[in-house]
Amino acid sequence: MSPARATWRELLSRYGILLAFLALATGLALLSPSFLSPSNLLNVLRQISVNALLAFGMTTVILCAGIDLSVGSVLAVSGALAAGLSVAGWPAPAAMAAALVAGTLMGLFNGLFVAAFRIAPFIATLGGLTIFRGVALVYTGGRPITGLPDAFDALGNGVAFGVPVPVWVMLAFLGLTQFLLRFTSLGRAVYAVGGNEEAARLSGLPVMRTKLLVYGYSGLAAAMGGLVLTGRLNSAQPTAGSGFELDAIAAVVVGGTSLVGGRGSVLGTFLGAAIIGVLNNGMNLLDVSAFYQQIVKGGVILGALLIDRLVAARKD
Amino acid sequence: MLTRVTLLLAALALLAPTQAEAKETVGLSISTLNNPFFVTLRDGARAAAAKAGLELVVLDAQDKVDKQVADVEDLIQKKVKVILINPTDAAAVVPAIKRANAAGIPVITVDRGASGGAVAFHIASDNVAGGKLAGDLVCKLLGGKGKAVELEGVPGTSAARDRGAGFNAALKAGCPGVAVVSRQTANFDRAQGLTVMENVLQAQPAIDAVFAHNDEMALGALQAVRASKRPIRIVGFDATDDAVKAVDACELKATVAQQPSEMGRLAVEKAAALVKGGKAPPATEFIPVALRLVTSEKCK
Repeated sequence: MSPARATWRELLSRYGILLAFLALATGLALLSPSFLSPSNLLNVLRQISVNALLAFGMTTVILCAGIDLSVGSVLAVSGALAAGLSVAGWPAPAAMAAALVAGTLMGLFNGLFVAAFRIAPFIATLGGLTIFRGVALVYTGGRPITGLPDAFDALGNGVAFGVPVPVWVMLAFLGLTQFLLRFTSLGRAVYAVGGNEEAARLSGLPVMRTKLLVYGYSGLAAAMGGLVLTGRLNSAQPTAGSGFELDAIAAVVVGGTSLVGGRGSVLGTFLGAAIIGVLNNGMNLLDVSAFYQQIVKGGVILGALLIDRLVAARKD
Repeated sequence: MLTRVTLLLAALALLAPTQAEAKETVGLSISTLNNPFFVTLRDGARAAAAKAGLELVVLDAQDKVDKQVADVEDLIQKKVKVILINPTDAAAVVPAIKRANAAGIPVITVDRGASGGAVAFHIASDNVAGGKLAGDLVCKLLGGKGKAVELEGVPGTSAARDRGAGFNAALKAGCPGVAVVSRQTANFDRAQGLTVMENVLQAQPAIDAVFAHNDEMALGALQAVRASKRPIRIVGFDATDDAVKAVDACELKATVAQQPSEMGRLAVEKAAALVKGGKAPPATEFIPVALRLVTSEKCK
């Protein structure tokens, strides 16, 4: 293969997602006058923040060749716990911290089954999905928790330096995840375990601990998402987060992370979440029926997977 | 590469076409189009919009609270003149309403209310009166004595709350012999109405009547009751086409007819008045839409 052609393929695999995002944004800007306004762009960033938070945690799990289907339910329990404790009299920061701890513990619960008991991640986290959803329903009694202190509204709807607070939270989490994955030994272990678990184990990497920690991190991210959503909705909904795991996985996959592990990045995930968010926002602005919106979204995800497969195949 | 991209985007921003809108636009954020009641509401709104010369954008939240908040935010970005909202949850929609208030866009709630924010008009059936109609009918059907089951709608909606309140108040005041032995939510959904009713049938050995907060749940419950072969009278709410057919076929005893088309029409008419320069009332003005009981004379 000539050097020029090899460079084209490399460019596509490295910047493909960014180019796709820009093409989509350009198209929408031309079709709808409201799209490219600064307030709409901030609007989109705010709307993707919950999904992006879940997707950042999901990225670390998928990089380890795992999957976490319980994030939607963990989000619901965490949001409900923070709301319930606040209403019961706890100061808001303490209630939120308790929710984050609870989310991490739920994640570690999943991780225990995957790492220690060697249960397939799909099954283990599917169990987590149902159990934690039940916990959310029991705790809330099936009704939304309302009457929350202002701190929640500030978190979900506040603005700092002209940028919505959820966007700051999302960017902070993006920075944290990127740091963990690229600049710590844990991050290197994550990529190694995902790439080739046996080789990682034989090299002496702490495989079980790595897996446990990524599930815990996913739980923490889901809990953070739960706090932001509760703020945005001014209430803790028992049905919150239903189906969110699929959107998170979609963001990760569209962002270029491979489902078999070992390959990908959170920056890609952020772009993946942005692509989905821009699609949703654009289709709303263009008044596309919600039924067609579903078809388009599914098509984009399949398209992204297809391109990823073609690029990966050619590279080999 | 990034500098080139930024320049490209900046150029696009300057070139972005400014469309002169021939018609004024009004937005409708509806809770779900999976329910024929809301489809009729939307159709009534569409017809009224066409008559008033308004563009109507309809966004379907698919019963997801977070999607509804995003839908309303997107309508604000689209700079619609008025936003009509049919809330999926009374509390969850409040931040979105407040955002619309901040953007200076009047808000009208339709069929279900919101628990906060500045709303110009609230157009809904008098659900309490409707619940009372159902309660009085159940009392009459049971001859003043018996056991009833109540299938509730989505907890947190004003519709579920008010219909339940009307029903239970009517029984308490005028029918002490009728006891509500089971009260469960089936979230206004037919499939859930079926499964919840199946469970209640197992749990309760004696049931004489069922009141469901909407026809979808009533029809689901009907399936369960038919399969059990127990003689149970069912009363629904909404008078959707399927339910009216069932009443005519003597499968449902009655349903309470709302006028969703009328609700949609009134909402758009109020919106048109606001667009033409009308002032929003200082406090939320409630516009009740009349109800009536739909029964079949030929059933025994």
